[in-house]
Amino acid sequence: MEILNLPFMQHAIIAGILSSIACGIMGSLVVVNRSVFLAGGIAHAAYGGVGLAFFLALPPLPCIIGFSTFMAFLIGALTLRKRQRLDAMIGVLWALGMAIGIILTDLTPGYNVDLMSFLFGSILTVPRSDLIVMFLVDAFVIVTVIYFYKEFLAISHDFEFSKVRGVKVAPLHLLFLVLVALCVVITIRVVGLILIMALFSIAPYISERYSCSLFDMMIKSIILNLFFVFLGLYLSYRFDLTSGATIILVASIFFFLVFGFEACLSFFKGSRFYGGLSDG
Amino acid sequence: MDKRTVIELNHVEFSFNKAPVLMDVNVKILEGDFVAIIGPNGGGKTTLVKLILGLLKPTRGHVFLLGERPEKTSFRTGYMPQYATGEKGFPITVLEVVLLGRLGLTKKGPFFSNADIKKAKEVLGLVGMDGLFKKKVGDLSGGQLQRVLLARALVSDPEILFLDEPMASIDVGGQERLFDLLGRLNERMTIVFVTHDVGLLSKYVKSVICVNQRVYFHNAPEITKDMSRLLMAESCPMELVAHGFPHRVLGKH
Repeated sequence: MEILNLPFMQHAIIAGILSSIACGIMGSLVVVNRSVFLAGGIAHAAYGGVGLAFFLALPPLPCIIGFSTFMAFLIGALTLRKRQRLDAMIGVLWALGMAIGIILTDLTPGYNVDLMSFLFGSILTVPRSDLIVMFLVDAFVIVTVIYFYKEFLAISHDFEFSKVRGVKVAPLHLLFLVLVALCVVITIRVVGLILIMALFSIAPYISERYSCSLFDMMIKSIILNLFFVFLGLYLSYRFDLTSGATIILVASIFFFLVFGFEACLSFFKGSRFYGGLSDG
Repeated sequence: MDKRTVIELNHVEFSFNKAPVLMDVNVKILEGDFVAIIGPNGGGKTTLVKLILGLLKPTRGHVFLLGERPEKTSFRTGYMPQYATGEKGFPITVLEVVLLGRLGLTKKGPFFSNADIKKAKEVLGLVGMDGLFKKKVGDLSGGQLQRVLLARALVSDPEILFLDEPMASIDVGGQERLFDLLGRLNERMTIVFVTHDVGLLSKYVKSVICVNQRVYFHNAPEITKDMSRLLMAESCPMELVAHGFPHRVLGKH
């Protein structure tokens, strides 16, 4: 295990832990709100911020934060007003953000950004400065979600009822989207867009079925994410594969194993629904 | 004998995509009333309740709830919707759902107070859900879920209780027990409930609102007998009115 002594590996491990926590928490909220597509839209539109940063030769992180927060607000305004055709609107912003990013990098002289490194990230090349920013944003996400836990639970469970109870649903919805955007911003350079979606959706989706509360679901999602990230990292090192893709493959295989196992179990129990399993 | 007006709608109109749902609604409900909102499916019953609660904005006219704009006062009411919008698989326990009904009264921060928890358990006992506090809501039967939603509406000690189709998945015996409970609650709060089944008007009901695009309010205690006769005639009271046949039950207001 001498690889653990290598600084780039230590950085990768810390980045993995920080991403797992942020994505476990926000992913749970995204999944119970049935907003995976929405989160995907914000994540991919954030790529426009990457292009903007390179084009204007600005420090990338603040630029990406600004751009994706703007996208989050735009999507938020659309979700709150016109609910019809919302999915199509998100699709437009999704594509537009990415196109802006690519065009801007095309127009940037002398610098050729590798698109793949943003899609799948490069967890093995995380600089220390990124870790510090990741840590700060992680802390911000954790504290905010804990502070507004009751309200987030309420609007996720029953939006209209929360409104009747006087919960400020519109600002909270925007806050939720901004938190998703922040998660994306921090993890985009480290693990990539595609891995964010995997950490956002796979672990929370499995956890939801075995959790009796949202908090429980968040904790289980974090643990599962950690398991996926570290097993994936180890395998990618061992077999010299792209780390991000290996992590996703591990998570997806686990995902299908769980469902295969549940299907077998319910087949032998003769029950038609999986629902009963989530009881324990 | 001067009772406070708790709900008031003045010339309220509501259209959805330019199609009128409710037209020229004028209703005044006094404190302590027990109101049944009846009418055919799609007639605008739920829309009326959502307008009163501020969940929908009237296209025209004004709504006053407890003397102010509904957005300001809706937290002083209890609302039991037809369905909880949260899906079946949502990871939440019975006790947690009821606790969410304390929002607007409880303190800031992540936790509910012990007083909130005590109150939540108390109302769960009241609706006959003792010992099921830790059960996941998705595993409940339809009738149990409705009792949980009723407890959630009651846990804030509301001044007005709104119930949308509370009898939908409850058997006849359960309906009677629920009405007895509502009758007792009516001693300390105004009750407004929606039903599409005119046969469900019980002895506790004090007045009736009939909704079918237009809204008629009738304040009469002997409504039960009249309504059952209308039911047996198998015609919606609204049709009688709409076609210009005056009817005692739905006399001019």
